[in-house]
Amino acid sequence: MASPTVTQRDVGGREIRDSVVIRFAGDSGDGMQLAGSQFAQETAMAGSDLATFPDYPAEIRAPAGSTFGVSAFQIQFGSDVMTPGDELDVLVAMNPAALKVTIPDLRIGGTVVVDTSAFTERNLSKAGFEENPLEGDTLAPYQVLKIDITKRTLDAVEGLGLTQKEAQRCKNMWSLGLMLWMYSHDRTATIDWLKGKFAARPAIAEANTAALNAGHAFGETAEMPGHGMGYTVAAADLEPGLYRTVTGTEALAWGLLAGLRAAGLDRLMFGSYPITPASPLLHVLAHFKPYGVVTFQAEDEIAAICSAIGASYAGALGVTSSSGPGIALKTEALGLAIGIELPLVVINSQRAGPATGMPTKAEQSDLFQAVYGRNADAPLPVIAAATPSDSFAVAIEAVRLATKYMTPVMLLTDGYLSSAAEPWLIPDAEAVEPFPVTFRTDPKGFHPFVRDPKTLARAWAVPGTPGLEHRIGGLERSYDSGHISYDPENHQKMTEVRAAKVARIADDIPLQDVAVGEERGAMVLVGWGSTFGPIHQAVRLLLAEGCQVSHVHVRYLSPFPRNLGELLKGFDRILVPEMNTGQLVTVLRSTFLLPAEGLNKVTGKPFKVSEIVDAVRSRLEM
Amino acid sequence: MTTAVASDRLSPKDYASDQEVRWCPGCGDYAILKAMQKTFADLALAPEKTVFISGIGCAARFPYYMATYGFHTIHGRGPAIATGVKLANPDLDVWVITGDGDGLSIGGNHMLHVLRRNVDLQIILFNNEIYGLTKGQYSPTSRRGTRSPSTPEGSIDNPVSPGAFALGAGARFVARSIDTLQPHLIGVLKRAHAHRGASFVEIFQNCLVFNDGTFSAFTDRKVAGDMQLHLEHGKPLVFGKERNRGIRLNRQELRVEVVTIAENGVTEGDILVHDETNRILAAVLMELEPPEFPVALGVVYCDPAPTYENEALVGVAEGGAAGVGLNAVLRTGRTWAVEA
Repeated sequence: MASPTVTQRDVGGREIRDSVVIRFAGDSGDGMQLAGSQFAQETAMAGSDLATFPDYPAEIRAPAGSTFGVSAFQIQFGSDVMTPGDELDVLVAMNPAALKVTIPDLRIGGTVVVDTSAFTERNLSKAGFEENPLEGDTLAPYQVLKIDITKRTLDAVEGLGLTQKEAQRCKNMWSLGLMLWMYSHDRTATIDWLKGKFAARPAIAEANTAALNAGHAFGETAEMPGHGMGYTVAAADLEPGLYRTVTGTEALAWGLLAGLRAAGLDRLMFGSYPITPASPLLHVLAHFKPYGVVTFQAEDEIAAICSAIGASYAGALGVTSSSGPGIALKTEALGLAIGIELPLVVINSQRAGPATGMPTKAEQSDLFQAVYGRNADAPLPVIAAATPSDSFAVAIEAVRLATKYMTPVMLLTDGYLSSAAEPWLIPDAEAVEPFPVTFRTDPKGFHPFVRDPKTLARAWAVPGTPGLEHRIGGLERSYDSGHISYDPENHQKMTEVRAAKVARIADDIPLQDVAVGEERGAMVLVGWGSTFGPIHQAVRLLLAEGCQVSHVHVRYLSPFPRNLGELLKGFDRILVPEMNTGQLVTVLRSTFLLPAEGLNKVTGKPFKVSEIVDAVRSRLEM
Repeated sequence: MTTAVASDRLSPKDYASDQEVRWCPGCGDYAILKAMQKTFADLALAPEKTVFISGIGCAARFPYYMATYGFHTIHGRGPAIATGVKLANPDLDVWVITGDGDGLSIGGNHMLHVLRRNVDLQIILFNNEIYGLTKGQYSPTSRRGTRSPSTPEGSIDNPVSPGAFALGAGARFVARSIDTLQPHLIGVLKRAHAHRGASFVEIFQNCLVFNDGTFSAFTDRKVAGDMQLHLEHGKPLVFGKERNRGIRLNRQELRVEVVTIAENGVTEGDILVHDETNRILAAVLMELEPPEFPVALGVVYCDPAPTYENEALVGVAEGGAAGVGLNAVLRTGRTWAVEA
């Protein structure tokens, strides 16, 4: 975001800003994710647009005070927000390690709040500080708020019967209270949430509320140095309607439910094996038994997909979900589902790799795996979610394509989208256009690979149907009878028909649109998946500067929309920002023979808007 | 649950598919197929409600030959696919056909978990102690010293006992039979079908080409009487051509021994009585091996427990919960209105 050049102030003297970026950072046991997500909730209810970025270590409770154990929650909020923000305006650092790791992201002149009592010699040494940064001048470029948050928290909860450890754990709520004061946000939702979460332990709820209020009161009671520490952030100009915050995981789960309903199927069978960052989808779906969902925590990734295949074979909607390493394990079974032509939705929450890689960090490096990563000629449609809320529509689309074309569909999301939240104008889930499935019941002229001449989809004949008893399997099947066939010409024909079926999906998806900008110009930025926010924001900034740039964001990655190649040819240059070393760019180059160029980042962190703006400027010699 | 069709004159042929059977001439699989088709005819099972699921191997061709629904899947994964089928439609009667390689090597993990979960399936493991389809390598049930293309000097792995494995995994039904022992095998298949939950059946199956005669120490007619212990619930563990030998518990040494009735003061009252519900006895019976002991055949263990799919599906709405509004789901938690 461009910073305002002239500081505007409201009647109370608070600086007015279009948007603000803040980050809570502390130990992985400090409750930073809770503080951050509650802040997001209150912010959303205050009418702001927002984007969040939970960034946490793979270790559940990393050693206290270590730099690798820092858990952070970043949020940008304001009138029109596409990303979690490039630079921090405010940093809450609960210990020296959090300060050390995150201070480079704080803008010059930004505010840092530190808990002074955590700056002990031991913690300083663990964080690698030779001198206490609170005493030297290293923090001089920033406004530093030194507060003994631990002591103030302990004071606030005194007399409530908590142990020392329990009392100390309330300090995230104290920090949250201060931040909520800083932006004039309400605390009601958080207090209600605390009551519900600690319903069985009212003293804990009371203590956390007391800490929250104390933090808020601290801001209020003029103990703050100078004036204007708070900001007034412009509210978003949102379309009227009912809103909520939504994460990519929630939107995916609800989209699957809406897809199940639109397909008119009785049951969704979700087979899954726990893996970071995909497991939350299993957790969410486990609550939907009353909606016809059965979740199965399988013994491994292979059993997870196989159970989903078995469920689809028996007439349910089979869905499985994992991250890249788990998808690799599912690959043989995916080939079976392609060969026997059964509907299946496979969701990949991508993470940094290879192998275990960085489980909690996002990457987009499984596109090749999704499009090409199987033995033999085994095509399947691949689609990707662009934002947390976009996951809802993409999940419905995955169900539609899987059931209509009798094929596995790969749905790509990533660790960032799964946990990131944004405000969402709640759609009418019951207004989703139905795409009812018809099971084959007529024995006349039936064999299991009899096809719909238009879609080339085979008949879905479900066990339990009299007169349709048949045998299918992984061995090649005769085009004309479905029986085992080793006939050379038949294999050629079946391979071609499987490919043609997937290719024809291109006729059944929307043409590629331009997200922002003209349909011709000096440069187009082509993205897919979770890079939507930074690319979009970058292009808007460049357009405001008079650049002839456009943003094209591809949801349908295989097959591509029919017009994609022609659309891209309308631009002098094609730049493809990706969180991998160049996968979509390679597919675009090989498919359309276009001189597309990659802009690649694999740090496990999302693109900054400025990184994309700079890349475009340098190429357009601005 | 399978409902019987309204016909009392079904023959095994009514359950044979139109596919040409392609096992080696003389393969034990033919006898098992025959026994299965006879079992279906005797019980008048509904073909449209039956699904045979297999992995990979010689045995895995089995579903193609039954005139029911059939799914020939991938190596070792039959139990996982069958679990999905039961979670989608628990009313289907699902049989898993597997072998010693498919079920205990590449698919050993799935076998462990499908048994402990107690999914209502009949799991029929054809044990021929060899890899047939890949041309004769030793398998996880091959005895030490098995010479094969991959073990020219004899295998050095210790074999797994399928029955002991199943018991250890928590199976609630474990039975054994022999391919050629037709009436006995049909009886075991009927018991497996009647059992609700995972029924594990090991069938000793002769591979004529790669491992002929591997079970002859107890399957040959000449020795069958002395080397087979046919189990019946509530009956003493008596065997032998003269029906005068039995299994006695040696309490001092906590082991069992073979004794002869009417010799050395042994009476029939000294012989252990088979109790299908006694898991410890089942474990002991699984340990009996020639030459010292006869091989225990029949229902070794049967002690029903709640099935996985019945419990997993409690509360799962039928009909896709068509009457339940989705909009309510999207409105759970905090919402706020933006005014025009």
